[in-house]
Amino acid sequence: MASTHILSAYDDELKYLSRRISEMGGLAEQMCSDAVRALVNSDAALAQKVISDDVILDHAEREIGDKAIVTIARRQPVAADLREIVGSLRIASDLERVGDLGKNTAKRVIAVQGTGVPRKLARGLEHLSDLALVQLKDVLDVYATRSAEKAEAIRIRDEEIDAMYTSLFRELLTYMMEDPRNITTCTHLLFCAKNIERIGDHATNIAETIYYMTTGAQPEGDRPKDDSSNTLGAITE
Amino acid sequence: MNMMSESAVEKALDQKMSDASHKMIGKDVSVYYGEKRALFDVNLNVRENTVTALIGPSGCGKSTFLRCLNRMNDTIENCRVTGKITLDADDIYDQNIDVVELRARVGMVFQKPNPFPKTIYENISYGPRIHGLSKNKADMDQIVEASLQRAGLWGEVKDRLHESGTGLSGGQQQRLCIARAIAVSPEVILMDEPCSALDPIATAKVEELIHELRANYTIVIVTHSMQQAARVSQRTAMFHLGQLVEENDTDKMFTNPDDQRTQDYIMGRFG
Repeated sequence: MASTHILSAYDDELKYLSRRISEMGGLAEQMCSDAVRALVNSDAALAQKVISDDVILDHAEREIGDKAIVTIARRQPVAADLREIVGSLRIASDLERVGDLGKNTAKRVIAVQGTGVPRKLARGLEHLSDLALVQLKDVLDVYATRSAEKAEAIRIRDEEIDAMYTSLFRELLTYMMEDPRNITTCTHLLFCAKNIERIGDHATNIAETIYYMTTGAQPEGDRPKDDSSNTLGAITE
Repeated sequence: MNMMSESAVEKALDQKMSDASHKMIGKDVSVYYGEKRALFDVNLNVRENTVTALIGPSGCGKSTFLRCLNRMNDTIENCRVTGKITLDADDIYDQNIDVVELRARVGMVFQKPNPFPKTIYENISYGPRIHGLSKNKADMDQIVEASLQRAGLWGEVKDRLHESGTGLSGGQQQRLCIARAIAVSPEVILMDEPCSALDPIATAKVEELIHELRANYTIVIVTHSMQQAARVSQRTAMFHLGQLVEENDTDKMFTNPDDQRTQDYIMGRFG
C-alpha cells in the first residue's frame, strides 16, 4: 500500500491481518510438505506433528476472523480497505482448508505404513505435491506484493496440477487392477493425491482473491481445468 | 393503493433512475469569490428521482456547487458564477428567471435546523402563502398536514401545531425544515450537511426520510460523512480543490472508485 491512513491504529490492524495470513501460509505450506514426506517415508512421528500443528492453524484462522470483524465494526472500511479485509477472511479460510488437507494426508500415513508406498507411486505423489507446494508458495509471495498480474499467472498454472493428478489417478487404478491386495493402500493414496490436488485449487482461490483485492474486479474467464479424472474409467462404447 | 412490494418499488425507482433524464445540468460551472476561484469548470448532471451526494474535504467546492443550483451564491457579495446550469430546460442564470420562483422549485435544507421563531403551523404555511399556493384555510391545513406527513413529523406534532417550532428537538426541527421545503412543492431539494448537528437516531430518521423523498423529488446532498453518502445516495460526486474529481454510482464509488484521490479520501489516507 502506497499511502497510509491518517489513523495509524487502522494501519496497524491491517498490518496485523496481513502478517497473520503470511504466518498461516508458512505453516500450511510446511504441514503439507511434511505430510507428503511422512507418507513416502512412512514416518509416523512426522505425521503426528502435522496432525497437532493443525490446531495452531485453526486457531489462527479464528483470530484473523475476530480481528477482521472488530476492524470492520470500528473502521467501517470502504474500497481497497474493505476488499483487503474481506480478502483476508477468504484467504484465511482457504489456508485453514489447506491445513486440513495436509492433516488428512498425515492421518493416512498410519494406514499405509504396513505395506509402504511403492516407489513409482511415491515419486508421482512427490511430483504432484511439489507442483502444488510451488503453487502455494508462489501465491503467498504474490500475497506479499499484491501483484494482480502475478496472481493471474498463478491461476493459469493450476492446469498442470490437474493433468498430473489425472495421470496419477490412472496409475493407481492400474495398480489396483493388477492386484486386489493393493486396493487398500491405493485407495488411501488416491485420497492423498486428491488432497494435494485440492491444495492446488485453494492456491488458485487465493490467487483469485488477491486479484480481487488489488483490482476490485474478478479475474476474467473460467479457470483452466485439466482434471478429467471424474470421467476416467467410464464405460464408453 | 397499489400494493407493490418494497423491493418492487425500489426496482421501479432504480429503473426510473437509470432511464432518468437529467433534472439539472451543470456545464463548465466556475465560481469566483472576488479574485479567488472556488470552482473550476465543473460538469455535473443531477439525475431525476435520484439522491446525489457531494463529498470531498473542506473547501473543495461541494457546498459552493450546491449553492449554485438555486442561486444561493447570489446573496454573497463578490461572488461570480460562470458556465451554465439548467433546470429541466430553463437556464437558471437567465436574466428573466424569477429567483424567488426558482428557489421554490429548488428548495434547500441547511446544516443547522433554522425554523422560523413562529408556530409549527406557520413555519410550514409561510412558503405556500407567499407563493399563493392555497385558496383558503382548509386548503392550507391540507398542505401543512401533507407536508408534515411526508416529513414523517405529523404524528409527533399534530397536537401542538400552534406551539413554537423552536421548541422541538434538533432532529424534529430539521424534519420541520424539510417539511417547510416540501410545502412549496419543489422539484429538487438541496441539503447542506443536514445531519451534522443531529444525534445518530435523529440522523437515521432524516436519512430514512431522504430515502422516501427520492420517489417524488430529486435530492442533492452535501455531506462530510462518507458513511452517510454511502447510505443515502445512488450517485456520488467527489470534489477536490474546486474540481470535480469523479462522479459515479455510489456502489462503485465505495467499493472500487476510479480515481486515486477519491480512494485516498474515502479510505482516510493521505495521498
